[in-house]
Amino acid sequence: MTQETGTISFYDQVAAAPGGERLRLCLQCGTCGGSCPSGPDMDHTPREIFALIMADKKAEVLRSNTFWYCVSCYYCTVRCPQQIPITDIMYRLKYLAIAAKQYTAEAKDWSETFVGQVETYGRSFELGVATQYYLTHRPMGALRMGPMALGMLTRGRMPLRPTRIKGAPYLRAILRKAKEIAQQRDLETGVAV
Amino acid sequence: MRYAYFPGCSLDKNAAAYDQSFKAVIRILAQELVELDDWNCCGASEYFSLSPLPAYALVARNLALMPTDLDDVVAPCSMCYINLYKTDHNMGLYPQLNADVNEALAEARMSYKPGSIRVRHALDILVNDVGYEAIQSHVKQPLKGLRLAPYYGCLIVRPDHGFDNPEYPMSLDRLLETLGATVVDFPLKASCCGGHMPQISPESAYSLIHEIVATAANRGADAIVTVCPMCHLNIDMYQNQANRHVGTNYSMPILYFTQMMGLAFGLSSEDMGFGQELVSAEPVLRKLASPPEEEAKSARPRPDKRALPMPRMP
Repeated sequence: MTQETGTISFYDQVAAAPGGERLRLCLQCGTCGGSCPSGPDMDHTPREIFALIMADKKAEVLRSNTFWYCVSCYYCTVRCPQQIPITDIMYRLKYLAIAAKQYTAEAKDWSETFVGQVETYGRSFELGVATQYYLTHRPMGALRMGPMALGMLTRGRMPLRPTRIKGAPYLRAILRKAKEIAQQRDLETGVAV
Repeated sequence: MRYAYFPGCSLDKNAAAYDQSFKAVIRILAQELVELDDWNCCGASEYFSLSPLPAYALVARNLALMPTDLDDVVAPCSMCYINLYKTDHNMGLYPQLNADVNEALAEARMSYKPGSIRVRHALDILVNDVGYEAIQSHVKQPLKGLRLAPYYGCLIVRPDHGFDNPEYPMSLDRLLETLGATVVDFPLKASCCGGHMPQISPESAYSLIHEIVATAANRGADAIVTVCPMCHLNIDMYQNQANRHVGTNYSMPILYFTQMMGLAFGLSSEDMGFGQELVSAEPVLRKLASPPEEEAKSARPRPDKRALPMPRMP
């Protein structure tokens, strides 16, 4: 495999995910793609993605929409005859795509908006996430969401205010430290940061 | 038995009906829940894709909050359940991850030793610890005449947590039968509801939601019964959108299994949080109040006199 960042190949960067060491056992059988509820929407099935990773086609892999369409249902993982944790590898590919600044904006922004609220309050805050995300990314979508949001509000299912946990400052300290360590590990595994 | 309780953000808010019905059912079955003090969000499926290590640390803070005198933590939300389960499991499997997560937790003078807690889903403790017989003994108003589609979704059975089959689970089927309902054979019982897809690629989500609703309707179900707030949200809140997208007109209520248990135990529909759903479950309650006449069992058909005689063994 060609070496792109230092001495670490793209394959090894992917395989650094928990359980990723089994990726080399892929038989190219296609059970993953056949089991995938999002299969029809993907430009490459997971099987093709794995072949591309083996062939060191980093740019093509990270440009693909495959992992952004992963709904995390774990059908592929339980059906894989080689017990490759495919869902976790999809999470890893999202991470690598973000690090390489190649991503589908919607999926990444939705995740970031959600996580931002969690980091601030310690709990998720649906109204805040939805408002922030739809107004900045899908103003037309916001119109469509209106009646549904109203239904949720009138049934008391969508509070107007976030809940903040008591330990929020401690939680932020934990997350800050975790990000620091993650950066260190990224340097070790050659992930572009 | 006493369990540590991790409600999760959904049960705290949009799935309050699940929270109140679960607590009521637990009380009747003489179990005890001790809510984890000052728990935080599990990060759902969003944090793991952005940055895995902080995601593990976020979940691990909850595991570290566990009171020392309890062994099991119960999470009714499938997403919380799998995140707690996966964090404990992977920290046990990967020493480096374990060390990194604990180094982060140390910032708040916390720590967690993997393997010291058992992570359980609400359905798991109800059918396996309490058991079908004990549940049956509390049934006061059997759900006679109701046709229910048991919907497990993905995350309580996959990847493989060992309490039910990852492809064709049966524990919820048996539970609903215990409550006296008629369980329809539901081939999409462990299919995906679309997760966060309504936000990212609505059309893909709508076709998944449509499939589930249409299949339940074709099997003659009065309602879908779920164990997960995410499945509930997608099928309840986006059902109309899915209808519009495909050009259908389904009105298929989706209810939490604990709401159905409460009804069967004789609790009021109001106390079980009925009325909070967007697709009204009113027809379900009406049918329960006046069950359709039981069809008279047809007598065994007599053989046609003109038919050839059955062969006899010598």
